[in-house]
Amino acid sequence: MRYEAPETIDAAVALLGSVGRARPLAGGTDLLVQLRAGIVEPDLIVDLKKLPGLRTIAKEKGGFRIGAAVTGAELREHPDLRKVWPGVVEAANLIGSTQIQGRASLGGNLCNASPAADSVPALIAAGATVTIIGPGGQRELAVEAVASGPGKTILAKGEFVTSIFLPARPPRSADAYLRFIPRTEMDIAVVGCGVSLTLDQSGTCTAARVALGAVAERALLVAEAGAALIGSKLDAAAFEKLIAAARKACRPIDDKRGTKVFRIDIAGVLAQRTATIAAERARGQK
Amino acid sequence: MSKRHVSAVVNGDPVEFLCTPEQTLLDVLRDDLDLTGSKECCSSGDCGACSVILDGRLVCSCLVLSAEAEGKRIETIEGMAKGEELHPLQRRFLEHAALQCGICTPGILIAAKALLEREPDPSETEVRFWLAGNLCRCTGYDKIVRAVLDTAAEMRRS
Repeated sequence: MRYEAPETIDAAVALLGSVGRARPLAGGTDLLVQLRAGIVEPDLIVDLKKLPGLRTIAKEKGGFRIGAAVTGAELREHPDLRKVWPGVVEAANLIGSTQIQGRASLGGNLCNASPAADSVPALIAAGATVTIIGPGGQRELAVEAVASGPGKTILAKGEFVTSIFLPARPPRSADAYLRFIPRTEMDIAVVGCGVSLTLDQSGTCTAARVALGAVAERALLVAEAGAALIGSKLDAAAFEKLIAAARKACRPIDDKRGTKVFRIDIAGVLAQRTATIAAERARGQK
Repeated sequence: MSKRHVSAVVNGDPVEFLCTPEQTLLDVLRDDLDLTGSKECCSSGDCGACSVILDGRLVCSCLVLSAEAEGKRIETIEGMAKGEELHPLQRRFLEHAALQCGICTPGILIAAKALLEREPDPSETEVRFWLAGNLCRCTGYDKIVRAVLDTAAEMRRS
């Protein structure tokens, strides 16, 4: 195995396309565990952290462009990001311990493609897009289009994610993320839910996106669940529709963390609770 | 296999070492630099026994490739006492008997130091969440948490 830390995007693309089994490295909190366990046996590791833009959070078009290797701790410490996207930041900050937060990145959480990745439902709800670069050039994709199954992405050989873009927010917009785990900390989601919504001056919901994690082979955008909220004042009738739509979208597995039946039930409960928090945050804005 | 030359600063001292791509920072600290205070325990980032401070960030050195240390500042448990004088956290851990077998202790001391450098007046809840990535199978954590809170109070007074 070889290790390279290129300083230009072109060099990184060339390296990743140069050998049969090459793996990009951001924070390494998944990759090093997989190396140790023999799950991956790359010929080359390409450390992306010296590439321009991979470690920075920049304001862009009223939104934020977050380098793929920015860590959870850096997201939390950013002065503005958590005010505008509290759900994305709280989701990323649920991943692992303080030590993991010092290294684990949004790009890594996305491209590791765990169906239970905490930051991904929050990013999907946020309407985030990713910039991908590779031998064929640059392309933009919706976050929900990146993972295709457990540990699998649509990235072609030599491609990697350089940044994640969170768009500008209209007034009275907010997001939230909740997960169910059987303890208080340091665990993997049994179900995760991200909600992002916008209210008008009368409190009517004008836009909503709902995403679920750990209930399918990848995190899901549940368009029907978002639609259940739009046009409502987030009353009991709207929440009933939200809960039903969230549960209907689930196609989970039974495993040691939870049964199918339990996950489907919890998805509805979490959707309502997450939407309630997002709405409270949106109402709290001046 | 060709080895890579790495220069870094460990506990204030410039160091140079040769490493293979597979070696973690923990491997190099323990096996090449003879800094065996950082412990190898789970090797998967779950237990925190290998915690070090890397450019000001608390990390698990088992989840850092040694080649990534190029140009970085690394703080380990060996740099915590100043000669014979223990760091206040070390002294309070002894006073509170906040350790038994001792395997987790270097990692917990480093993690607690990183916390107090950021937050001189943490609540008990903050201490417990900050240290959630440091597993101790002996003490039940209460003595550790009390030692950290007492140290914080002492350091605020001085």
